[in-house]
Amino acid sequence: MQFKTASSPHTTQASSVQSLMFKVLLAMVPGTIAMIVFFGWGVLINILLASVVALSCEALMLWIRKRPIKPYITDGSALLTACLLAIALPQLAPWWLTVIGTAFAIIVAKHLYGGLGFNPFNPAMVGYIVVIISFPKEMTQWVPPLLEDYTLLSFSETMRVIFLNELPLNYGWDAITMATPLDTVKTQLGLELSIHEIETHDQYGPMFGTIGGFGWEWVNGLFLASGLYLCVKKIIDWRIPAGVLLALLVLSNVFALYDYASFTPPTFHLFSGGIMLGAFFIATDPVSAATTSKGRWLYGLGIGAFIYIIRTWGSYPDGIAFAVVLMNMAAPLLDYYTMPRAFGHRWNEFPHHHKGDEDEH
Amino acid sequence: MSTATPVARASLPKQLVVPVQQHIGEAGKLLVQVGEHVLKGQTLAQASSYVSASIHAPSSGTVIEIDERPIPHPSGLSALCVVIETDGEDTWVERTPISNPQSKSPTELRQIIRQSGIVGLGGATFPTAVKINPGSHAPIDTLIINGAECEPFISCDDMLMRHYAEELISGSQLIQYMVSARHCIIAVEDNKPQAIAALQDIIKQQLLHTVSVIPIPTLYPTGSEKQLIKVLTHREVPSDGFPSDIGILMQNVGTAYAVHKAIIDGEPLISRIVTITGEGIQQPQNMHALIGTSMSELIEQAGGYHKDAAKLIMGGPMMGFTLTTDHLPVTKGCNCLLVENTAEQAPATMPCIRCGACATACPAQLLPQQLYWHASSKNFDLVQDYHLFDCIECGCCSYVCPSQIPLVQYYRFAKTEIWNQERDRTKSDHARVRHDFRQQRLELEKKEREEKLRKKKEMLEKKKQQEAAENSSEKIVDPKKAAIEAAMKRVQEKKAAQQTDTKSK
Repeated sequence: MQFKTASSPHTTQASSVQSLMFKVLLAMVPGTIAMIVFFGWGVLINILLASVVALSCEALMLWIRKRPIKPYITDGSALLTACLLAIALPQLAPWWLTVIGTAFAIIVAKHLYGGLGFNPFNPAMVGYIVVIISFPKEMTQWVPPLLEDYTLLSFSETMRVIFLNELPLNYGWDAITMATPLDTVKTQLGLELSIHEIETHDQYGPMFGTIGGFGWEWVNGLFLASGLYLCVKKIIDWRIPAGVLLALLVLSNVFALYDYASFTPPTFHLFSGGIMLGAFFIATDPVSAATTSKGRWLYGLGIGAFIYIIRTWGSYPDGIAFAVVLMNMAAPLLDYYTMPRAFGHRWNEFPHHHKGDEDEH
Repeated sequence: MSTATPVARASLPKQLVVPVQQHIGEAGKLLVQVGEHVLKGQTLAQASSYVSASIHAPSSGTVIEIDERPIPHPSGLSALCVVIETDGEDTWVERTPISNPQSKSPTELRQIIRQSGIVGLGGATFPTAVKINPGSHAPIDTLIINGAECEPFISCDDMLMRHYAEELISGSQLIQYMVSARHCIIAVEDNKPQAIAALQDIIKQQLLHTVSVIPIPTLYPTGSEKQLIKVLTHREVPSDGFPSDIGILMQNVGTAYAVHKAIIDGEPLISRIVTITGEGIQQPQNMHALIGTSMSELIEQAGGYHKDAAKLIMGGPMMGFTLTTDHLPVTKGCNCLLVENTAEQAPATMPCIRCGACATACPAQLLPQQLYWHASSKNFDLVQDYHLFDCIECGCCSYVCPSQIPLVQYYRFAKTEIWNQERDRTKSDHARVRHDFRQQRLELEKKEREEKLRKKKEMLEKKKQQEAAENSSEKIVDPKKAAIEAAMKRVQEKKAAQQTDTKSK
């Protein structure tokens, strides 16, 4: 009898890139539903629009790059990029903004660098940075989360706003959009109000929930829960979110203790904006993150620190995208200096420079 | 899967094909000739050097051929084999059992082990006589008997511990005596309660104080030497060192059993337990098989193949290698024959997404991903900085990879390339030395020639000068003129002679 030959190992675990990506997508569902509940149909419309654009761009780029389309288009990575970006965008952002952001993320940030596995920067965050820098005004079109004085638009009204730029009758932009709690705090602190004054303010007070921004605390709570589930299931590495949250917690505590009137409390930081989405779903993108255990700790800590710095002293209300991309740049260096001690070796021996390298310098 | 039935004794085959080299080191020196009748246990080839092992006739019969035959090897090599046609008598050669081994010195016992052809039966097949002689610079404190199965699916060690616990412990104590180790630990995976119980019973019965059985977690690749030492002692064997450097010696349970057989019963290593298992086998089981038995016969006795059988692996699913045919002899290192059915369409390989699952799984604490990047870009200096040669090729990284990248293949490729480069470098170094030497030699010869020429010239010139000095008194004669004159003279003489001739007529 004749047999086939193959190289060992002859067995592998039934895991795939596709199943990883779809598990992460599935874990995003509860938080996303909370966002739809609090912020309306715009969330869903953005997700659908971004998904269509992302998959089309992915197919186009694969075709241009002469890569097999089916295995890559179904791997879920483009879909995940689309969802992360769409959730980060304002609910009433015009359609073209979502299209530009998503297309840039897939075409430039992903495929021009070599596609899946080769992009040094998180594509969704690159897309976000492009639109927030290019279209700052449109990027403020956030919907207030179910507040009494504001009306949440119906599905068709939302479609008209996004695609036709037509506001419902009797409404102005001010009536349907509102600054986010993070933005409000930043603006009002700039106007020399104290944290306490902002929280008890007639107009701004209702924006704050029990521990974070109203509505936002639910969204963040759910993303935290499903993120923890992913950590337990070892689908994402727990060190990165732990680092992000730890850095944010320590820094916000230190400054709030130092001056509680001008620095927001740690709970507000952890349960406002996109922090849990960022920590568990964005920063953990393995392709652009550090890969060693220690490297991932440092990577997470770095992101947390940058988020706090940008939120507190930067000119943007939230800094997740910038923090992630900044640390993406540091990832190769972190990997290099955090090489684990190999079995039977006494200490870290960094890969040294070789003759060839020296000649170049 | 293969432990449901007791260890069956494979029937005596008509023909035994015994490879002369079944171990690491040099092949033995042949002692038999074609046509010779041999007895069971008779030495066929004797250990030729220090790192070598003897080979014995697994049964009595006639040597009908000594020639190259295919052997179980990843590349399908052929090698020198002694082919014996068995006579069915199974007559033993004269054995010399030693009832009181303590009366012998460790050196004498080691000599018996050496003559009995015992090699590491966990799969490494390193000559045991060498391994249990670590030298005086490294005293052995603890002897570890490895009862952790090399890989999933393999159960030959489990069965051996269950059924031959007494012999195994006797062998362990012999080794303990030979290396004068204070303790002996028998490490058994916790999924083998029967084996643990069997061993503990013997220890209790015989009141052995220095031998202990320690259950360890069943987690591949704990059966690997350095990994098992870490689990048991929390100590790591240095990357470039041996277990003896930290006072430890490890032996496989099968080896300990073989040591008992060799010393107490006087029987050399001529058989072993082989696990025959996998979805592709009708009746998975363990078999006591003579070395040299054809794999096809063993599989036949295990009920034959399943109709979808597609892959024959020697060893386990993680590190074993595939064989193209089953017409190959069982060797000392053959612990398992695994037959897999037609594999479902393997998922396509995707790019690395740097998830790091491989680094988490790596028992050598390497960064498989970085090794992969550098190996695939053929950066052979960097792969070595990332400790490529500490990779034990256990296959854990490939196993967990969600992108289904055959990582181990990349490491094997890189290792082979580096070995080739090193060989080339030594070769070119040799060539350069040779070339330089040749250049020097040519230079020297040239100089010598020139010297000779110069001397000759000088001599000639001297001679000329001397002659010139001698002839200086006489008038200088042009040799050409002289020749012409001489010729003219001869012509005139001829003419004169002719004239006198015609006159006389």
